[in-house]
Amino acid sequence: MNKIVGVLLAGGGAIALGGIALHRHEPINALWIVTAAVCIYALGYRFYAAWVAARVLSVDPSRATPAERYDNGRDFVPTHRWIAFGHHFAAIAGPGPLVGPTLAAQFGYLPGTLWILVGAVLGGCVQDMTILLLSTRRDGRSLGQMARDELGAFGGFAALIGTLLIMILLIAVLGLVVVNAMKHSPWSTATIFATVPVAMLVGVHLRRLRPGRILEASALGVALVLLAVLAGGWVDTHPLLRGVFDWSSLPLAGFVIGYGWIAAILPVWLLLAPRDYLSTFLKLGTVALLAVAIVLLHPQIKMPALTSFVDGHGPLFGGKIFPFVFITIACGAVSGFHALISSGTTPKLIASEADVRLIGYGSMMLESFVAIMAMIAATLLDPGVYFAINSGAGVVGSAPAAAVHTISSWGFPVTVQQMQALAHEMGETTLFARTGGAPSLAVGMASIFGSTFGRGLLSLWYHFAIMFEAVFILSTLDAGTRVGRFMLQDLLGHLYEPLGRTSWYPSVLFSSTLVVAGWGYFLYVGVIDPNGGVNILWPLFGIANQMLAAIALSVATGILVKSGKARYAAVTLLPLAWLAIVTTAAAWQKILSADPRIGLIAAARALSAHLAAGTLPAQAAAAAPQLIFNQRLDAWLTGIFTAVLWLVILDMGRVCARKLRGLPVPAPSEAPYQAARLQPEGGT
Amino acid sequence: MTVRDLRAVMGRTVAATVGWLRAVTGDDAYERYLTHPARTHEGPPMSRRTFYEEREKRKWSGVSRCC
Repeated sequence: MNKIVGVLLAGGGAIALGGIALHRHEPINALWIVTAAVCIYALGYRFYAAWVAARVLSVDPSRATPAERYDNGRDFVPTHRWIAFGHHFAAIAGPGPLVGPTLAAQFGYLPGTLWILVGAVLGGCVQDMTILLLSTRRDGRSLGQMARDELGAFGGFAALIGTLLIMILLIAVLGLVVVNAMKHSPWSTATIFATVPVAMLVGVHLRRLRPGRILEASALGVALVLLAVLAGGWVDTHPLLRGVFDWSSLPLAGFVIGYGWIAAILPVWLLLAPRDYLSTFLKLGTVALLAVAIVLLHPQIKMPALTSFVDGHGPLFGGKIFPFVFITIACGAVSGFHALISSGTTPKLIASEADVRLIGYGSMMLESFVAIMAMIAATLLDPGVYFAINSGAGVVGSAPAAAVHTISSWGFPVTVQQMQALAHEMGETTLFARTGGAPSLAVGMASIFGSTFGRGLLSLWYHFAIMFEAVFILSTLDAGTRVGRFMLQDLLGHLYEPLGRTSWYPSVLFSSTLVVAGWGYFLYVGVIDPNGGVNILWPLFGIANQMLAAIALSVATGILVKSGKARYAAVTLLPLAWLAIVTTAAAWQKILSADPRIGLIAAARALSAHLAAGTLPAQAAAAAPQLIFNQRLDAWLTGIFTAVLWLVILDMGRVCARKLRGLPVPAPSEAPYQAARLQPEGGT
Repeated sequence: MTVRDLRAVMGRTVAATVGWLRAVTGDDAYERYLTHPARTHEGPPMSRRTFYEEREKRKWSGVSRCC
C-alpha cells in the first residue's frame, strides 16, 4: 500500500514538474505549481520525515512526554495532535512567507518556487521537527537553554543576542511594509486604525463582560473588522474624512512607533491578546479561502520562469540569484525563528512523541504552502504591473511616465493608463512605487478572490487583503516588542538586578522604550530612504533569520553527534552547511561588493561622493547623512551576524570533535526515560 | 445513504469543527481545567476570570508569535 501511494505521488510530482519544465517559454497554469508542491510535500512527509523521525531522532511513542509527566492542566497539557498542530501552525505562520516570495518573484517564478519546496522539505521542516523533539525530550527547554546545556555558555549567549537582533530587524521591516501599504491610502489607513479600538473592545469583552469566551469574542471582532473594511470605503468617498486619513509615510511611521510603544506597556489583555485572536482567525480563514480560490480559478502565471534580473540588477533589491534568492525567502523555506516556537511552548502540549512528525514537519509544510500561494499571487500579475508596484521611486523615477518607460524598456510592457485603471479598480489613487510587497500581494489576492467570488468587489477584496496583512503584522509587532523587552530585561538584569524584574514598572518602561527605539530607528531610516528601505532591510532580516536557523541546526547536529548518531548527522549538517554558505556569501557581498546597489559600504561611499559633489536634490541631500550612517551600521550588523554564526558553528565542531575523539563533553541534558501510560492516538 | 444519515454526518462534522476551534483557541480551556484530575488535589478551583488572566500572562511572557 505504502509503495503504491509512493509511486503515485512520485509520478504525480514528476508529471507536474515535467509540465512546468516543458512550458518554460509559455505561460503556465498555477495548478501545475500547486500539484508539484502537494506531491513533493506528500513524498517528503511520507518517506523522508518518517525515516528521520524513526532512525535519526529515534522517536519513541513508549516514552512519556513532559506534557504527560507534568500534566497540570495549565501549561503542560497533553493535547490531541490536530489541536496541537493548529496551535503550532498559528504560532509559526506570520507575514514572512507572504512578503519574501513576493520580493523574490523579481527573479521569475521558478527559483523562488524551487527553493521554497526543496528548502522546506529538506531544511525547514527537518529543523522544526528536530528542535521540537529535542526540546520535548528536555522538558520543553528553550533553544537558548539547549544551546547552553549542550554546547556551552557561548552558544547560549549567541542564541540570545541573535534572537534579540533578529526581533528588532523583523519588527522594523514589517512596520515598513505596513507604512508603505497605508501611505496616501485613506481607505487602508482608516481600516487599519479602526482595528485598534476593535481589538480593545474584544479585550474588554474577554476580560470584564464574558471572561474566556474566546470563540464568541473573536467572531464579534472579525465581524467588526470586516465592517471596518466597508467603513473604510465610505471614508474614502467622504470629502472631509478622506483628508483626515490621507497620511504620508513619516507621520505613519510615527504612528506605528507610538502604537508599538503603547502596546508594549499596556496590559496584554487590552490590546495584544485580543488582536492576536483576531489575527489567528483571519489567518486561518484567509489561507483556506486562498487555497480554495486558487484551485477553483487556476490562474495563468504571467511572470517568466526566469527574468534577466537573475544577474543582479533587479529593481526590488540588488544582488544575483545566488545567494540572494535564498536570503530573500527565509520564512516558507527555512526559518530560524521557528526554532524558538518549537522549543518552549509547543513541546509542553505534545501528548506522544509519535506526534512530532505531524506537528513539527507538517506545520512547516503548510507554512511553505502559504509561501507558494504568495508566489502564485505575485506572479499571476502582469510582470509590468508587478514591477510598477514594487519598484521604488529611487530606481524607476517618481513620475509615472518615467516609471512605465523604464519598466517597459526592461521588456515588461505597462502603461500609465493600465496602472491608473488598476488603481481605480482597487479603490486607490495610485499603485506606483508601493514597495514592501503588501500592496502587490493584495492586488494579486484581490484578482484571485475577485475572479472567483465576484469581480465587482475588487476594491473591497484589495482592502480586505491589506487589512488581513496589517492585522497580523501589527500582532507580530506587539508580541515581538514584548519578547524583545523580556530578553533585554534578562540581559540588563546581569548589570543591575532590579532591571531584570519583569514586573517592576520603571524597568518595563525603560526596556520597552529601548526596544521600540531600536526598531523605530530602522523603520524611520527605511521611510526616508528614496529606494523604499525594504531593499536594504529585508535582506538584512533574511540573513539574521538564516543565522538563527544555523544556530538551531548547530545545536541539533551537536546533540546528534553527542548521542552517538554521528552517521546520521548529515540530516541536519547538510542544511546547516547550505545556510552557512548562502548567509556568508550574502553577508560578504552586502559588506564588500563594489556595486552600490548591493554593497552597503560602497553605497555609503557613493552617496557621500554625490553629497560632496552637490549633485543631490535638496530633499535627498537632507536625508543623505542619516542614510550614510545607516548603511555603515547595517554593514557592521551584517558582520556581527556572520561572526556569531561562525563562532557557533566552530563551537559545535569543537564539541563534536571532542566527542568523536572520546574526550569529555558537556553532559547530555535529556530527561530520563519514563514509560508512557497514554497511547498515541490513531496510526501515524 | 438516506437524508437522515447525511444530516447526521453533517451534524458530526460541524460539531467536530466547532470542537476543534474551541480547543485551538483555548475557548474550552477552563472546562478542561475544572475536570482535570490534578486539580482535585489543589483545593477550590480558580474562578473563570483568574484562570484566563493567568493563562494570558503565561502565554505572552515567552515567544509565542513568529515571523
